[in-house]
Amino acid sequence: MSVVKIKIESLYKIFGRNPKEALEHVKNGVGKDELLTKYSHVLGFQDISLDIYEKSIQVIMGLSGSGKSTLIRHINRLIEPTSGKITVDRMNVMSYDKAALRNFRRQKTAMVFQRFALMPHMTVIKNVSLGLEMQSINPKEIEKRALHWIEKVGLNGYEEKYPQHLSGGMQQRVGLARALTNDADILLMDEAFSALDPLIRKDMQDILLQLQSELHKTVVFITHDLDEALKLGDRIAILKDGKMDQEDLPADILLKPKTEYVKKFVEDVNRSRVLKAKHIMKELNGTDLSKSIQVNENDFIEKFIDKIVEEKPEMIVVQDKQNNNVGCISSKRLSEILKK
Amino acid sequence: MDFFDQFPVMEQQELRDFKKGIDLAFRTFARTYGDAIESFFEPLLFFLVWLEKLLINSPWPMIILVLAGLAWIASRSILLVIGTIISFLMIGYFGMWKDTMSTVAIITVATLVCLAAGIPMGIIMARSNRAQATLLPVLDMMQTIPSFVYLIPILMLLGIGKVPGLIAVCIYAIPPIIRLTNLGIREVDKEALEAIDSFGATTWQRLTKVQIPLALPTIFAGVNQTIMMALAMVVIASMIGVRGLGVPILRAISNQYLALGLMNGLAIVALAIIFDRISQHYGKRIQKHREGRNL
Repeated sequence: MSVVKIKIESLYKIFGRNPKEALEHVKNGVGKDELLTKYSHVLGFQDISLDIYEKSIQVIMGLSGSGKSTLIRHINRLIEPTSGKITVDRMNVMSYDKAALRNFRRQKTAMVFQRFALMPHMTVIKNVSLGLEMQSINPKEIEKRALHWIEKVGLNGYEEKYPQHLSGGMQQRVGLARALTNDADILLMDEAFSALDPLIRKDMQDILLQLQSELHKTVVFITHDLDEALKLGDRIAILKDGKMDQEDLPADILLKPKTEYVKKFVEDVNRSRVLKAKHIMKELNGTDLSKSIQVNENDFIEKFIDKIVEEKPEMIVVQDKQNNNVGCISSKRLSEILKK
Repeated sequence: MDFFDQFPVMEQQELRDFKKGIDLAFRTFARTYGDAIESFFEPLLFFLVWLEKLLINSPWPMIILVLAGLAWIASRSILLVIGTIISFLMIGYFGMWKDTMSTVAIITVATLVCLAAGIPMGIIMARSNRAQATLLPVLDMMQTIPSFVYLIPILMLLGIGKVPGLIAVCIYAIPPIIRLTNLGIREVDKEALEAIDSFGATTWQRLTKVQIPLALPTIFAGVNQTIMMALAMVVIASMIGVRGLGVPILRAISNQYLALGLMNGLAIVALAIIFDRISQHYGKRIQKHREGRNL
């Protein structure tokens, strides 16, 4: 979890006629609105630095216009930055020429799009094979791998259907299978579930988490939905008007918001539903465990709150899968967290 | 006040010399390069003559069978097949078989030439805004200039015959396929392009896997238009030596033969309807297959 897979260093993106010149204004402190009215350039985002760790889900959250979708497109250089640097596996992505960039996109990254972006003239299996068809791999092998992932996302039987025959949720499963078939380390998901209705969305989130527990990809997940961010993210970065507001663990975003914006954002969240025991536990350090109950580290507070009301323990012991004690939560702390 | 009443005209003598100069220059050009240009088109002429002979010399029931078969393959519509058979039977019965076959031959060759040249040009236009800016006015001119006007340089260059006729037909018929190929490719969904880019597609893969397939319905509208325009040129092309249904129509005009003109005119209409329906149905059918029926 500690190896940095993608390193973004002071990245700027400005849209307009002369972005280099506008960049100077931005560096001199000109804001987004002023840049637009006075210099007629649009600020995508400014001075973004972010370390994305291997095998984790990094959520980038923000409202529309915050620059989040622009940012994710810089990782595979669908959009070129105005200034700044992106390194993937310690290789400078900015230095790649056309051919190297193609190889990088084929082997290192795969993308899932908000509105699916499936090929309407291709069947499900052809769509899923798309990434591999860009490479010289023999058709038998492509088909084998495509079928594997179609099954993984639960679409077997739909191989020969066209995208128009499928519901939105199924279409995005195709999108997900298409990205996974590429077998890239990095999965770029641009509001991948935002176009789906809530129940399907929850399904897809569960599928993603399930797959992630097997595959351990580096996932960059863009969303405007805090609940989704808290559910999926190992870390969350919050963008506002093209600036990074806070980048932290989900629990810290909730419990220690650094700015007013983030504070407002997290105010209405039902904490017992998004915080897991491991998020709020403290170290054991010989704490008295006599009047305690045990909970799993991955349980949401919601799950054990009834038990606490009934048994009124002074201490909650947090255990991992193998029932080792890994931390503890005092009742006092728990009630503070829920009250805030 | 004289200036306002009388338009300042170029002097008569100068104007005459100016026109003469242009004519002479082009005539010299024609004399020097005419043969070279003609031999460049030789293979095309060979193909046209071969196809025309094939159509005329094959037994008529076989031709009708082949055409009916084509109609069936393209449209899967029994009505169109019956219509095709009846039309051609009537054309034959009224003694227009040979002229019709000549016309079918030149339309086929002209359409193929237009597609072979027009689709790549449309693709180039779609890829570069500068190419589009250069080609659009040229296409506008090709479509609006009276066809008699560009017959003159073609005649000077190549004389009377099948090749100049074919070129005249192509100049008239090629703009729609270029325009619609360009339009179709430019209208391809940006998200689909972004998706294929994100998988590391080369320019060629982008073109063949996404742009052309998604532009196909529009390109097909262009093919249809090109065929129709080529048919419309049949009469004018017959003025410079192209055989076919246009020849009797010209004769009918100069001699005021109403029945002759009408019959040959209706034969062209029949061809137009059949070709139009076949190409349209075919275009729709590949689309339907792609878009799916139960939305």
